[in-house]
Amino acid sequence: MADRPGSDQVTTLDTPIRLDYHFSAGAAATPYLRGLAEGKFVGQRCPVCRKVYIPPRGSCPTDGVATEGAEVLADKGTVTTYCVVNVPFAGQSIEIPYICAQVLLDGADISFMSLIQEIPADQVRMGLRVEAVWVPPEERGPTLASVEYFRPNGEPDADYDSYKAYL
Amino acid sequence: MQRLGHVHGPCCRNFERGGGRSGMSAAGDQVLTAEHVLEYPYSRSVGPVIGAFLTGLRDGRLLGCTGSGGRVIVPPTEYDPETAESTGELVEVGPEGTVTAWAWVGRPAPQHPLDRPVAWGLVKPDGADTALLHVLDTGSPDTVSTGMRVRPDFLPEGERVGRIGDIRAFVPAGPAGRGGVG
Ligand SMILES: [Zn+2]
Repeated sequence: MADRPGSDQVTTLDTPIRLDYHFSAGAAATPYLRGLAEGKFVGQRCPVCRKVYIPPRGSCPTDGVATEGAEVLADKGTVTTYCVVNVPFAGQSIEIPYICAQVLLDGADISFMSLIQEIPADQVRMGLRVEAVWVPPEERGPTLASVEYFRPNGEPDADYDSYKAYL
Repeated sequence: MQRLGHVHGPCCRNFERGGGRSGMSAAGDQVLTAEHVLEYPYSRSVGPVIGAFLTGLRDGRLLGCTGSGGRVIVPPTEYDPETAESTGELVEVGPEGTVTAWAWVGRPAPQHPLDRPVAWGLVKPDGADTALLHVLDTGSPDTVSTGMRVRPDFLPEGERVGRIGDIRAFVPAGPAGRGGVG
């Protein structure tokens, strides 16, 4: 019998799973990423429905056609919806509570998720007008990390009708 | 190839800034690419039987268990693969054994246990009725054969932590049949 005392016995095994990706951003997202390095939001437009998508994925999900061009959008927009993050979790890098919001950039037809700062969590609201806070130019790169967060820009709240189609 | 050693999500934070690194296009009209690593640091519970097997490896010993009809199963299982009954007591086997099958790996991949050509082999330890899968470090496909006698080359005491890699590889036992813990 070769059993071992329970207290000394091996009970767990570390088995990390690792995946190495070679990621290609593709023709549509590359100008978007390059735009971020220059402090600009660059989307693409559908030639059929004329909607502007950012980040561009290369095609319009409604019309099934390739999107075109390089649409430079404003770096300000409207909070369409949001949530207040109160729950700590592993790897959290932002102090809670913080705001995770969907921001609809002016000129865009789709919102994307952004961090909202420089406003108390209980004062964030739908329709809040916000602007991008960029990291310093020398720290920017082809990454969304070039945008530090969005903050209120002082404009009056957007009218609900102006963004209700994007909720 | 040197890889990043920490966790990255599938985001775009890993793109080269300004360009210039190999694999990263710096030209203004070319598609951006980036290397990403996604890693999950799993730690799994091994249970009482595999736990005993791994503990044995840490101690420099090979353990199996008794199954139906007096068969000895290595690595040990909690349930008999033939009858689904609980298996019996743990027994020490080997350490020497016999190669029952093998396949040569001429170009090891980064995740392979050794950085030179090796064989994967099934080794049936003396006293066992099943074989376990491990690396055969024989140097050349000409020096590995079905039926050859091998012994486990354990890592030194203190480097063994209770995992299958505590056996660096199985190596030819040699005519003298020397085995055991190095
Ligand atoms: Zn469209």
